[in-house]
Amino acid sequence: MSNVNEYKTLTANGLWENNPALVQLLGLCPLLAVTGTVTNGLGLGIATLLVLMGSNITVSLVRDWVPNEIRIPVFVIVIATFVTLIELLMNAFTYGLYTALGIFIPLIVTNCAIIGRAEAYASKNPWHKAGFDGFVMGLGFALVLVLLGGLREIIGQGTLFDGADLLLGPWAASLRMELIQFDYPLLVAILPPGAFIGLGLIIAVKNGIDLQRKRRAAKQPIAKAQRARVTSQ
Amino acid sequence: MIFSSMKRNGIILAAFAAVATALLIAVQWATADRIAAQQRNEVMRTLNELVPRSTYSNDLYRDCTLVTNPDALGIDSAQPVYRARDNNNHVALVVRTTAPDGYSGAIHLLVAIAPSGTILGSRVLQHRETPGLGDKIELRKSDWILSFTNQRVNGENDPRWAVRRDGGAFDQFTGATITPRAVINAIQRTALWAQANSNALFTAPANCDAATQGVGNE
Repeated sequence: MSNVNEYKTLTANGLWENNPALVQLLGLCPLLAVTGTVTNGLGLGIATLLVLMGSNITVSLVRDWVPNEIRIPVFVIVIATFVTLIELLMNAFTYGLYTALGIFIPLIVTNCAIIGRAEAYASKNPWHKAGFDGFVMGLGFALVLVLLGGLREIIGQGTLFDGADLLLGPWAASLRMELIQFDYPLLVAILPPGAFIGLGLIIAVKNGIDLQRKRRAAKQPIAKAQRARVTSQ
Repeated sequence: MIFSSMKRNGIILAAFAAVATALLIAVQWATADRIAAQQRNEVMRTLNELVPRSTYSNDLYRDCTLVTNPDALGIDSAQPVYRARDNNNHVALVVRTTAPDGYSGAIHLLVAIAPSGTILGSRVLQHRETPGLGDKIELRKSDWILSFTNQRVNGENDPRWAVRRDGGAFDQFTGATITPRAVINAIQRTALWAQANSNALFTAPANCDAATQGVGNE
């Protein structure tokens, strides 16, 4: 399999086929907790992406020196270090967002998607592929966070990009959109049940699309012989 | 055989832990000043919203005394009181106080009171009230909190210090009365206490150290 194809497969896996939030259903604790607004979702998404890339690259670079028996504790040290680094840097440089997301940043440690990628992919592949895998997996996770944050923000609050200036600087205050004016906003969307219902709906839509694609593919005659799968997940 | 592999693994693990710790210490050391400055800026920003910068001449952030008074301030731990002075004139006291009886737990507030007893303003620092209902106490969501500006408390039983539903002068929110009630009571309590103890608070020694000053910290 050529190199380009492998990157394509990685991208498809991270964003769709094996999306950490929608298919692997990993990292739900931070996902459900922070997605009240687009801004919060984007902030945690970027933080998770950075941690995932950093930990994947590091795990891949040190994989020859780590004996099999102690690989899990080493991965845990690497991931915890990156999360703490990100937390310190956010505290220093994006203070507003840190106060908004503060208690959820340490939760990135509990995001099984990160140790999952370290174990399943980064520990077996060279650093540039592992870094790319971390990037697309993180991107897939971040996109779901933003989508869910957007849905909940519109339904629960009638706005989009509320508080974006906390994340992106003062200019972003003008991004805020007032879409709907409620007398009684739909509270359930902002509260935790809204996160579960919203995520359930997104998963349902994704599965629906997959089902339709499969049906369409089944109708067409098979043009070429099926390729054997070379890479494992 | 097994001992040699244990030894080797132990050394490798220890090496990883050492490198990780060193890295974290370095980054913490490099960001410490900036983090302290950010916290200080955050406190100063809120303080200057309540007491305009042009009205006082001292270092408001440093001129701070810690007070423990659970009855007036609603919380057991020591709370900072910032003293704004213009040369030797007393301009305002900015008190960190707590409404312990919010709908979902304590609501932490900052209240600025002039020595005459006039409330210069108030801001909510931290709360867990219901989004969309009780969170209208935040200035980002509603300007309700501004209705306290330039108000006065006339004694403990001032009938104006209640929500309209209870015959008072302040709006309640549709669907949330407990939250505004708690905030009104806390501001009233704090204002009365600050007015009565104004001189003592202004003359108390400045004893807040940086560690206890983070506004967002509990």
